Amino acid sequence: MSEIPLTHILLVSTALFFIGMYGLFTRRNLITMLMAIELMLNSVNINFVAFNKYLYPENLDGIFFTIFIITIAAAEAAIAIAIIIHLYRNHKSIDVEDADNLKF
Amino acid sequence: MSFSAIIFYILSAVILGSGLLAVTSRKIFRSAIYLLGSLVGIAGLYFWMEVEFIAAVQIVVYVGGIVVLIIFSIFLTQQSGLEMPRTPGGRNFAAVLASIFGCALASMLIYHHGFAATEVPFDSDVARIGTQMLNTGAGGYVLPFETVSMLLLAAMIGCIVIALRTSPEQK
Repeated sequence: MSEIPLTHILLVSTALFFIGMYGLFTRRNLITMLMAIELMLNSVNINFVAFNKYLYPENLDGIFFTIFIITIAAAEAAIAIAIIIHLYRNHKSIDVEDADNLKF
Repeated sequence: MSFSAIIFYILSAVILGSGLLAVTSRKIFRSAIYLLGSLVGIAGLYFWMEVEFIAAVQIVVYVGGIVVLIIFSIFLTQQSGLEMPRTPGGRNFAAVLASIFGCALASMLIYHHGFAATEVPFDSDVARIGTQMLNTGAGGYVLPFETVSMLLLAAMIGCIVIALRTSPEQK
């Protein structure tokens, strides 16, 4: 346990965050963009838990932040999927390039 | 290298490998399954860090809830066997460059910071989490708890309202 320094956990979560960012930049499909956002939120959660465990083991605040982030991510995914299904009914496509009604 | 270090590196490889496949796979259903693998790997990392409650929440909410929701919406909105169009080369190159530079910058900052390690054992007992979560005194989290429950109620009603609205042709 102790022979893995905090730095290695942070490097893993950094790499995961930028993998999610790459996905968000390259994908043009709403569902896959949502998946990339989930990856980024998860990398932030790893950071919170790791900082709580390694730097402030007498507190529990990192764990509470993680719980609230997971809750808000669930609400966000539910709303996003309702919007995606509604968009698909109107446009027959969930590509962001096709949803240009508000563009002028 | 000890057993726990080996487990940590295996978990990291699973998380990063399946995360990378999830954002690069061109079949959307495979992409969702790779996302599932990455989320299970993160739950394993929480178990490795001995925060069992967060690991259980991760499995219940992400694996049991969000990924299932994503797979439902894939089946409702498109043919899962079709390949998605290839990303244009210029945009792909720019995204790779931005991600690698950002990752290098953040890794350099982390690597040179040098965190002070403490030797206090970490106690993430579920009873302790619950007591502090519903505590109204100093350091209690009852106000964010109530706020987030209102947010969940609003999100639930909002989802029903958005998804139930009929399309213009059906009116």
